[in-house]
Amino acid sequence: MIELDRVAYSYGGGELFSDVSLTLAPGSFQFLTGPSGAGKTTLLKLCYGELVSTAGYVRLFGKNTREMERDDVAMSRRKIGVVHQDCQFLDHLSVAENIALPLTVSGRAQEAGDYLEDLLRWVGLTHQASQLPPQLSGGERQRAALARAVIISPDVIIADEPTGNIDWEMSQRLLQLLVELNKMGKTVLIATHDLNLIRASKSQVSTRVLRLANRRLHVAGAEL
Amino acid sequence: MKVNLGRYMSMLAGDPLADRAVPPTGYTANLTVFTAGAMAFLAVFALALSLATGRLADRWSAELARTSTLRISAPADQLAAQEAAAVRVLETTPGVASAKPLTTEEQQALLEPWFGPDLPVETLPIPRLIEIIEEGDGYDPAGLRARLQAEVPGAILDDHTRWREPLIAAANRLRLLATVAILLIAAATGAMITLAAQAALAANAQVIRVMRLVGARDLYIAGAFVRRFTLRSLTGSAAGTAAGMLAVLLLPKTEVAGGFLTGLGFQGAGWIAPLVIPPLAAIVAFFATRAAALRTLRANS
Repeated sequence: MIELDRVAYSYGGGELFSDVSLTLAPGSFQFLTGPSGAGKTTLLKLCYGELVSTAGYVRLFGKNTREMERDDVAMSRRKIGVVHQDCQFLDHLSVAENIALPLTVSGRAQEAGDYLEDLLRWVGLTHQASQLPPQLSGGERQRAALARAVIISPDVIIADEPTGNIDWEMSQRLLQLLVELNKMGKTVLIATHDLNLIRASKSQVSTRVLRLANRRLHVAGAEL
Repeated sequence: MKVNLGRYMSMLAGDPLADRAVPPTGYTANLTVFTAGAMAFLAVFALALSLATGRLADRWSAELARTSTLRISAPADQLAAQEAAAVRVLETTPGVASAKPLTTEEQQALLEPWFGPDLPVETLPIPRLIEIIEEGDGYDPAGLRARLQAEVPGAILDDHTRWREPLIAAANRLRLLATVAILLIAAATGAMITLAAQAALAANAQVIRVMRLVGARDLYIAGAFVRRFTLRSLTGSAAGTAAGMLAVLLLPKTEVAGGFLTGLGFQGAGWIAPLVIPPLAAIVAFFATRAAALRTLRANS
């Protein structure tokens, strides 16, 4: 689905990481961890085509991102649901409209209907549907972002620090939702520095933990 | 061509949710409506000028081409004989419908604007004038001049060519200038709308980023801006056109004041012509916004 082959990324004259290879196999559940500034968010951006690697190859659903037209990138993003660290909502639209946005921009707004209601119930935001994003709490925003990521039924879900601004109880709830999605066959990649979240997941799902540090990506060992 | 037309039409097809996704920015909205309105107002006058000068050129051309003047200058005792001879020549000239000597009163009326009503025309050595009305393809000026030279030595034929040509050239030049003015107005409208669209795109950079992150294609994002600016341009230009037409309607009537400027208006079916301005302004806005949006989106990809 998504494959990074000896990828490097540099900016400002410095190399953030290099020789990074990663494959997101269908149905896998993986964590990406590492210290702040190691390049986790950048690596995720390479995975959904917002950035283009400076060396190596990134293939989204078999296509090299460097050779993709902008429309191809857009079509690939419809297969990848992303939960951004800062949620990236349109603050002038209601929570329901924000969640439905991927369907709207795909010309499938009419499909939202009942599915949107089910989704709002699933993430526990039925009563907040008509509110504006700034009116939500941190946990509610993250759950709304997750709902938006999955509404288009993507093959892959990428979450960047989804529990960064929420309490432990809400983190557990969010993790549970992601695990449910994985059990439905979705591929999940979560970037987090929250080791407790990783440990908590191990009892629920088979995971692989990758650590990005010192400009390289490693499979993390038993220390987790 | 079909494919392109389909793409253009899909950009115009309304999508209320897409339009809501891009929040309106007050200042670009007002700027677009005002610009379109002002330009449409000016375009109405340019169009009126173009149509008026076209009518003027046609009228001068038709009127002056169908008439000529024969001027007879001779000693007083020969004037009547030469006038009679000239009329005989003219009456037998193919292409001449009629030849009518001007009466003293008619000559006095012609000179009145310059010398006043009390000019004693009969006491002045004024040449006799004969008005010639042409028919069919007109007469042969060279042949007529040759005959007149032989039979009426004091006659000078003025077929109005030297008056007509510069007047028609001036009218046609004015018409050209009016057309250039309309094109410049269209170009200025396009430029202003391009700037307003670029400002709106810059103001909505974050919105565009989010829409892209959730899978929006460039044409979809551009479409939201294109629809908005096309509608604003249509609205503004409709108001400007209506105001321009009203202003033209309120100009003094030709028969009241006379002269060229008061002929600056629309006549008959000509009143339909300004109605094409709002759709044309919308078309200019459509293409200007589309080009600006796609260029900006490409640059920021």
